[in-house]
Parts: sequence; structure tokens; C-alpha cells
Amino acid sequence: MLKLVTLVAQRLGLGLLVLFAVSLIIFLGVELLPGDLCQEIQGQGATKETVAACRKELGLDLPPHTRYLSWLAGIAQGDFGVSLANQREISELIGVRLSNTLFLALVAAAISVPLALTLGILAALYRNTIYDRMVNVVTLTSISTPEFFVAYILILFFSVKFGWFPSLSNVSPDTEFWDRVYRVILPATTLTLVVVAHMMRMTRASIINLLASPYIEMANLKGMSRSHIILHHALPNAWAPIVNVIVINLAYLIVGVVVVEVVFVYPGLGQLIVDSVQKRDIPVVQACSLIFAATYVLLNLTADILSIITNPRLLHPR
Amino acid sequence: MPKQKHLERALAEGRISRRDFAKQMSALGLAAAVPGALISGSALAATPKQGGHFRLGLGHGSTTDSLDPGTFENAYSQTMGYGLRNNLTEVNADNELIGELAESWEATPDAKTWRFKLRQGVEFHNGKTMDASDVVASVQHHRGEDSKSAAKAILESIVDLKADGKNMVEVSLKEGNADFPYIMSDYHIVVMPAKDGKVDWKSGVGTGGFVLESYEPGVSIKMKRNPNYWKQGRGHFDSAEMITIADVAARTNALTTGEIDAMDRLDIKTLHLLKRNKNIEIVESSGNAHYTFAMLTDVAPFDNNHVRLALKYGLDRKALLQTILRGHGYIGNDHPIGRANRYLAKDLPQHELDPDKAKFHLKQAGLSKLTVDLSAADAAFGGAVDAAVLYKEHAAKAGIDINVVREPNDGYWSNVWLKKPWCAVYWGGRPTEDWMFSTAYAEGAPWNDSHWKNEKFNQLLVLARAELNEDQRREMYREMQLICSEQGGVVVPLFNNYVEGLNKKVGHGKIAGNWTMDGLKALERWWFV
Repeated sequence: MLKLVTLVAQRLGLGLLVLFAVSLIIFLGVELLPGDLCQEIQGQGATKETVAACRKELGLDLPPHTRYLSWLAGIAQGDFGVSLANQREISELIGVRLSNTLFLALVAAAISVPLALTLGILAALYRNTIYDRMVNVVTLTSISTPEFFVAYILILFFSVKFGWFPSLSNVSPDTEFWDRVYRVILPATTLTLVVVAHMMRMTRASIINLLASPYIEMANLKGMSRSHIILHHALPNAWAPIVNVIVINLAYLIVGVVVVEVVFVYPGLGQLIVDSVQKRDIPVVQACSLIFAATYVLLNLTADILSIITNPRLLHPR
Repeated sequence: MPKQKHLERALAEGRISRRDFAKQMSALGLAAAVPGALISGSALAATPKQGGHFRLGLGHGSTTDSLDPGTFENAYSQTMGYGLRNNLTEVNADNELIGELAESWEATPDAKTWRFKLRQGVEFHNGKTMDASDVVASVQHHRGEDSKSAAKAILESIVDLKADGKNMVEVSLKEGNADFPYIMSDYHIVVMPAKDGKVDWKSGVGTGGFVLESYEPGVSIKMKRNPNYWKQGRGHFDSAEMITIADVAARTNALTTGEIDAMDRLDIKTLHLLKRNKNIEIVESSGNAHYTFAMLTDVAPFDNNHVRLALKYGLDRKALLQTILRGHGYIGNDHPIGRANRYLAKDLPQHELDPDKAKFHLKQAGLSKLTVDLSAADAAFGGAVDAAVLYKEHAAKAGIDINVVREPNDGYWSNVWLKKPWCAVYWGGRPTEDWMFSTAYAEGAPWNDSHWKNEKFNQLLVLARAELNEDQRREMYREMQLICSEQGGVVVPLFNNYVEGLNKKVGHGKIAGNWTMDGLKALERWWFV
């Protein structure tokens, strides 16, 4: 157990280092983009004087390293700063959006993870049957279709033709829970269709992989039923790769949904980071990227811990 | 009689006025009675009714927007601003200037000093009574050294601005400007409550028809009706919501499924399909918004007017209108004055595709052939790259080789516009001739995107600005349009219409053409039938 705790502590420490590196890379990246916030905000209406006045007011006339260090000092004290564009507190700006993004990811995960596992286990159970082939074809087709297209198809049928679900998922902080669920059904379904194939196929493959091992053969020879073998003997040993894939997909559900957000007009983090990069609003971009990077770090850590719990041998690498 | 049918359709869809219809019909030798059935009668005649929750879906709006009117640069914040606040003056649907918070105004004969008499007893949403100090502070907000407002340039000519008592504001200008009251209708220069000479823009408080409830930039704004609204016959909805829907397909879906009641910027490629929907009314208005290709007239070869003329004669504008705008607009004549301006000169010779004339001008310039780069990106206007490629095809007939350079959308206005010698540009147009010309065609103007210097033109600009006699002004602006068309550095191929979709439940009067969304005043002008 102690070993596990040290591992977690080590990984969290490394995670902080990763976050620092990410913030530096993102800062440099945005600096390298042509133009700055003042030019982008004023667009066609910019003049030399107004751009200069704007830079002076926002401190954009200071050299880059000064700005980065002062931002870093703020972050170290837990202060994300304010958006350069509209002077709003970033924590407040991001708070609502982050909870929206997490909500959509949770709904999508609640649908897609059980679905993918069930489909994958059944596919392993009925390997090479018509069912197996059909599941493979359908999920591979849905993952190969661009997600905006999947979204439009769903909108066409479920909101334009049948009128069951709204085509806009414009939720606000005062939207009721069930109304919120109702409004995100279509985007959640879109995301489900996009991520289910990956998880389903990994479940199927890792179970099938184990079916050739001697202990499964032993169980077979004992006369156990196929479903019992798969659920009680193969699955527990197959968890490690499956958990890793599930976690990668969960991370994707949080950080990679900007297209779905645009199509369904869902106010999540993706749209915020796109707008902020376009306008070079560095503090907001930084805050969003840190959240995204932290998501990956934490979820990967979770995956490793879960793998170790299901397979303690991993604690003793050879 | 296909021409007649065409005209009738154009009239029914509101693309031409009744007067134009009559004129063109009589040119065909036909009786020009306006067919009664053609006037779309859906909501026009009904009288406004109060009530309902109005939801408007707009293509603009970004998380970086704010309530500071100095930063208003897109139709979302502009419509929002006119919903929450008022100006001194307002441009009505007939493009006439009427008083808003100013009851009346008068100028000295040299048009240098303007006095605005304010409406009395108008209250802000927070209960404060609006007076001259608020107006002065609201204008000052855009002026001064540290102003980053986009309206700074148009207020440059103010020398002195002061309150004369509580209900009078006096403005002194550097030079006479007969159009100054028009400038006060600009969407930047809204009146906000002031304290100690500084305006409070953060609260969104104004004197407008709607009171701010909540605002999430780039997502939505919710407002409720101002029960205290001073303006008669305006502000009918109980509450209103504006939603940013950047994706045009998502916006159209939201309109057809009843998630929103109106939207801007319909996709003209699928317009004929949307027309089949019985619940949707398509509203179209012609204004001053136009597309241009601006050449830097101080860079070779564009410094030679013959080269510029050759390029102006090398473009088939009608083909461009049909292809890029599918007919939803009208062709331009290389000057920026449009149908929503007062002094548009309709009798000027129209530039058309004419390879012989183009070749003639090339020869005059001492060239047998011409190779030029044209920079374009869809950030300039939707379809700009396609338009540039079409231009290349057309100009090839005159021996002109246009090399289309596709520029990145990102940073187009800071890296390409005003920097590359020839590039595609979008202009929303301006309510007055003087404003438009001084913004983009006067010598030394920061946005003079052709670096054009024409002595005669610049002299006329100053003269016409201070001229209070209508007829003389008309004559001067006609001449300026002619000079601009024949010698200017900007190719103006098209004026685009504003094409918007409304649920049939939404009632409206005559739709203004000066800006999108009924002159950006949809919130207070429209109602539910």
C-alpha cells in the first residue's frame, strides 16, 4: 500500500512539472501567433493610437518574460487573473463552462462506457458470429464518420423530422437537472457514437487475447460455461488495457468536444478556448490548457492505479 | 414575359422598391400597377402587440465581447447595445434621421457648433434621470489620449463638448459638418449613466427598451422589457434573449425547429429550400454593406490610374453577383455609396466587363500584359477567395494575369489588410456619404485602404461636409462618386443584401437597410402577432 502512495505522490509531482511545461509551451505558442489581443479585438477598426492605448492599459507593451512571470506568480497563489478582453475573473468565467463540459462528458460516459463494455463482452462471447460482425461494422462506421456529420444526421431525424429533442443545447446555470439532461441527449449521443467503437474493440480484443491462455483452457476443460469463463476468469485479467482505453476516451470527452459544442451551441470549455486563442486572450487560454492538461494527468494516474488494483503484479515491474 | 416575372419576384421579395419596379416596368412598355397580391402581407400591416419571449439567434458573438460600447464590433454586441441603450439620434427605416434622446438640434450657419436639446424626464434603468452630464461623459468615453474605442476616429473633429444646463449639450467642431447629428446615431455612441464624469458601462444600464438580466459573452444575453420605456410604440416583447449560434446550419435548424424566433445571415446557398417552409418568412434588405478589392495606389503598378481602370473593366460584376451572392445584392460602381445613402448618384456610367477597354488602358499604361497578386481570405467576406478566382478568370480575357494569394483567416485584418498591395475587404457601409468617404477615402485617414490622394476629391469632401444646402451637397457628392469611380484605388464589385429569417409569428414594419437586423433595432421594433 505504501508503495502505491509513494507512486501517487511521485506522479502528482511529475504532473505539476508537466503543467508547468504546458503553460510555458502554450504561452510561447500564443506569443508566436501573429498579432495580439488589441489588434484582434479591434479587428478592421484598429488604428495605431487605439491599439497602443489598449496595449498600455492591459500591460501588453511589457516584454513577454515579465508577463509570463507575473502570471506564474499569480497562479502559484491560486489566482487565475482576469480575462484581458472583458476584465472578467477567469475563475468565474471558466467555472460555469467547466461544469457544463463535465456534465456533458458525464452523461456521454454514463451512456457509452456500459454500452461499450456490454457490446465488447458479448462480441467476445459470440466471436465471429453475425452479431460480432454487425457490432464491429456499425461501431467502426460511426467512429469513421466525422462527428459534425453524425450530429447533423441526429438533428435531422430527432429534432427536425420527429421533434423529440431540441437542436440547441443552450443550457444556463439555472436550468433544472432533468431539463439539462434532456437538452444534452443529442450531443451526448453524438459523442457516444464517436467513442464507443474504441472501447468496445479493446474490450473484445483483450478478452479474446486471454482466451488462448492455459488457465482458460483449464476452466474450459472443467466444463464451465463460456459466459462464466469470460466474466469471472478472463475479464478480471483484461481490465488493465480496457481501463486505459476508457480513460483516454473520458479525457477526449472532456477536452475534444469543440465541434459538437459548436453544432449544438453548447456553452462548454471548447468554444471558450477557441475564442480565446482567436483573440489571443492569453490568461484564458492558459487557464483552459492547464485544465485540459490536468485532466489528462489525473485520468492517466487513475488508469494506472486502477490497473494496479486489478493486477497487483504491476507494482513489481521486472 | 420572363423579364416581367423576374421583376415581380424581385418586388415580392423586396429586392427592388416599388418605385424601381414601376420604372423598370414602364421601360418594358407595360402598365406599372403594383400587383397587390405580391406585396407580402404577412406581418406588415398588423399593429404591434405587447408580450412574449423573443429569442434571436445571431452568427456573431464571442466570449471576448464586453458591454463596453467602445469595443462593439459585431452585429451581436451592436444589437444588444441598441436594446439596452439609446443614442441622441436614430436612423429610421426610411434612412431619415430622427431624434432619440435628443428632442431637437440646431447648428450655427457654418455647421461648426451644434446644440442638442435633450428629451426631459427620461430615466435610466436604475432610476437616475438622464441629463446632459451623462451625454457628455458618454461621448467623452470614446475620446482622449487613453481611449481604445473604435469611435475615437469619428469623434476626432470635436474641439469642445459641454453641458449647457441640464437639458442642452453643445458641441464645437474643428470644421463645419452638416452630418454631425448622424454621427451621434452611431452604435458606439450610446448614452450611459455617468458618475463624476465617468460612465458606468459594466452594469449595462441604459435608457433603452430592455433591461439587462444576465449576460454571458459568446453564449447569450437575457433582458426584460423596460416598463418605463419613454419611446412610444417601441419595445413590445416582455423579454428577449439573444443567442450566439456561430454555425449557420445550427442556426437554420434552430429556426426551423422553433428553438429561436429569428436569425441573421441565412445561408443563401440553401435559401430556396428554406423558402418551402411555411412558417418562415425571409426578410431581405439592401443597404450600404459592400465588398471591395482595395489597391495601394502608392505601390507599382497600382500607382498608374490606367492600370486601375484596366482592372475595373476586367471584372464581370453581374456574373460575380449571380455566383457569389446568388443575386442577393446589387453591383457596385467602384465607389462606396449605396442605396441606403441619401445622395447615391444613379446616372454615373457603370463599369462593366469590357476586355477592349481594359486592353486600351493597359496600352495607355505602356503595358502589353499585366501580372498582379490579389490577396484574399474568407475572413474578408464570405466567398472572397471564390470571388478572387472568378476575377482571375474574367481578367484573363483582357490579358491580365491575376495571381490569387490565399491568405489565412486568422489575423487577416492586422497582417493583410492595409499591408498587401491588393486585397479583398468588407465594409459595413456608413449612414452618410461624408462619413464613408472620410473613413476610407480621404487623404491621411487611418483606414484609407488604397492610400488614395486626390486633391479635387479631398477639397470637395471638406466643402460638402459644411454645406447645408441639399441641392449643392447632392451635386458635390455626385462629382465625388464620379472621381472615386474613375480614379479611385478601390474596385467595388458588389453590395450585399442582409438576408434574415423570421418565424411568421414575428411582426415587423418596414425593414431598415442601413444595418442588419432592421437597422440593429430588431429588439425594440419587432413584436409577436
